[in-house]
Amino acid sequence: MDIHEYQAKTLLADFGMPIAKGGIAYSPEQAAYRAKELGGEKWVVKAQIHSGARGKAGGIKVCGSENEVMEAANALLGRRLATNQTGPQGKLIGRLYIEEATDIAREIYLAFVLDRAFERIVCVASSSGGMDIEEIAETDPDAIVRVPIEPAVGMQDFQAREIAFALGMEASQLAEAVKALKACYRAFRDLDATMVEVNPLVVTSDGRIIALDAKMGFDDNALFRRPQISELRDKSQEDAREMNAADRGLSYVGLDGNIGCIINGAGLAMATMDMIKHVGGEPANFLDIGGGASPDRVAKAFNLVLSDEGVDAILVNIFAGINRCDWVAEGVIQAMRKLDVPVPVVVRLSGTNVELGRQILADSDIDLITADTLAEAAEKAVASANLHQSAGAQT
Amino acid sequence: MSIFLDEKTPVIVQGYTGRIGSFHAQEMIDYGTNVVGGVTPGKGGERHLDRPVFNTVKDAVRDTGAEASVVFVPPPFAADTIMEAADAGIRFCVCVTDGIPAQDMMRVKRYMRRYRREQRMTLTGPNCAGTISPGKAMMGIMPGHIYQQGNVGLIGRSGTLGYEAASQMKAMGIGISTSVGIGGDPINGSAFRDHLERFEEDPDTKLVVMIGEIGGPQEAEAAAFVRDHMQKPVLAYIAGLTAPRGRTMGHAGAIVTSAGESAAEKVEILRAAGVGIILRPSEFGNAVAQALQKL
Repeated sequence: MDIHEYQAKTLLADFGMPIAKGGIAYSPEQAAYRAKELGGEKWVVKAQIHSGARGKAGGIKVCGSENEVMEAANALLGRRLATNQTGPQGKLIGRLYIEEATDIAREIYLAFVLDRAFERIVCVASSSGGMDIEEIAETDPDAIVRVPIEPAVGMQDFQAREIAFALGMEASQLAEAVKALKACYRAFRDLDATMVEVNPLVVTSDGRIIALDAKMGFDDNALFRRPQISELRDKSQEDAREMNAADRGLSYVGLDGNIGCIINGAGLAMATMDMIKHVGGEPANFLDIGGGASPDRVAKAFNLVLSDEGVDAILVNIFAGINRCDWVAEGVIQAMRKLDVPVPVVVRLSGTNVELGRQILADSDIDLITADTLAEAAEKAVASANLHQSAGAQT
Repeated sequence: MSIFLDEKTPVIVQGYTGRIGSFHAQEMIDYGTNVVGGVTPGKGGERHLDRPVFNTVKDAVRDTGAEASVVFVPPPFAADTIMEAADAGIRFCVCVTDGIPAQDMMRVKRYMRRYRREQRMTLTGPNCAGTISPGKAMMGIMPGHIYQQGNVGLIGRSGTLGYEAASQMKAMGIGISTSVGIGGDPINGSAFRDHLERFEEDPDTKLVVMIGEIGGPQEAEAAAFVRDHMQKPVLAYIAGLTAPRGRTMGHAGAIVTSAGESAAEKVEILRAAGVGIILRPSEFGNAVAQALQKL
């Protein structure tokens, strides 16, 4: 789960990370009021969407008067902002963060990630801040410091000092830098984060250290014990279909193709999508309906896949293990009888009682296409999608 | 022979008396697994499925000589029970539980390093279908009858895709020595590499099939191991050719976040290390049959 910049900053500040003063606004008037409340002569109006690279996309505006703040807010609120991380459809700007402007002397990249090779939380930092880490890795890989943290004892002061010196901090900034680094680590550990990124962490012209931007991601598997994090969820930033699926216990990822997929098991789902690609088609989605594949779940899956108007055919591929194919076949038929499925459906069953399952599908009066092998299923799905598409184009 | 598990291996079930634990324990018993009892804290002294229930894994090991355990404990408590198994002297543990927080697994892995390598429990999973030595015993949730006994070692991150591969092989008369599920989580107990090593030493395994997917460094680590240490042929399929970067594809660990983690890159790394690539998931049976003919 992701959260907004201002939420991440508040969380990090609770652990001792210095941040600039700021406030949230849902309207242009509120934005101007926040600026007035903060005082000063210069403010930054920042679009709050779940994405980095907002500056380049025009989502961050520096303003010199309350009037400018109001105008900037007016231009941003209610608009969709597309960055190189959101895809072309962008994300809705529903709230703004109004922050006092910071006088920047240096920009530093700082992140903590859960590193799968180390199986540890690893601090990744670079004195080349402001760029994204991929960019730094390409242009100046030696400038990146990586320090794994021992989970039994946590981040030690000496590790934080080593990182601070590697980042070129002055002796007078050391205590602040150690505090900032340990704040990020503790927030990561104590809130079950999967990522904390402060890019940039800045040194101001008067020598202070401030988190100018902040991004945090959280482990969905740990949300049960982090209710305060779950509360920060902003559903307007998530794909409606994916959210809908998650609420029903299904795992869905929307893609650009035209063959809808209903499969049990994540690995088999990815493999079936690969197979569609190999025979010249493009999957419209990833969908894992879980091991059970009950009639109820199959029906929900049909509804979900059909909510994508780009779908020209549906491929159902179920491996019945503990469940039996005859039972899954009945489920598919029940689901299709209840729903009016407007596109061709290819069903491939395998596993326990497969002959019986195929017989039930063959004997039913429901209009569906059956397939025995994975290759045959993919080929039939692609062929029927093409046929359906050209028929649609003619009418 | 087989690795980790045969018909004699004494197995306990953690989360034994729960609905899911009971169901799969019975399936395991029916398959021929030597289930010697189970653990449910607070129910020690009772009997369940005609076998003793223990309060702690230590009690179970002391009274039954259990060497292996399978974990069906819900996610909030699962990491704790894995550590309990490691501490009680269990040699091989299968954790089926899906949804364990990643930092819990990080702590489990750290905890297990307390033990010297030769005394350390081998953990498979979490979020895996389990391990089966066909015709002998199984620990997990797989349908046993789809596996035929034979000489191919199978290691995979996914449940149903592993079933697909085993079924394709069985349909062509090809059997499996042991199939090991390592699970789809970002931090898992053991990796392809660990099991390749065991299969290389197993006299009854002639060839190994790896079923990998997008995300993480494990396939690349396995490639280096095959290149440097393996005599037996290894075949691999990597799922997720069509997966977009930065999106989680069902398994918590199936996400491409850095270089070398996409399916296309993993295929190249494995190919360069001398691993035979199975390009299409419809070709498990044919590819293995051809590779066996060349032996």
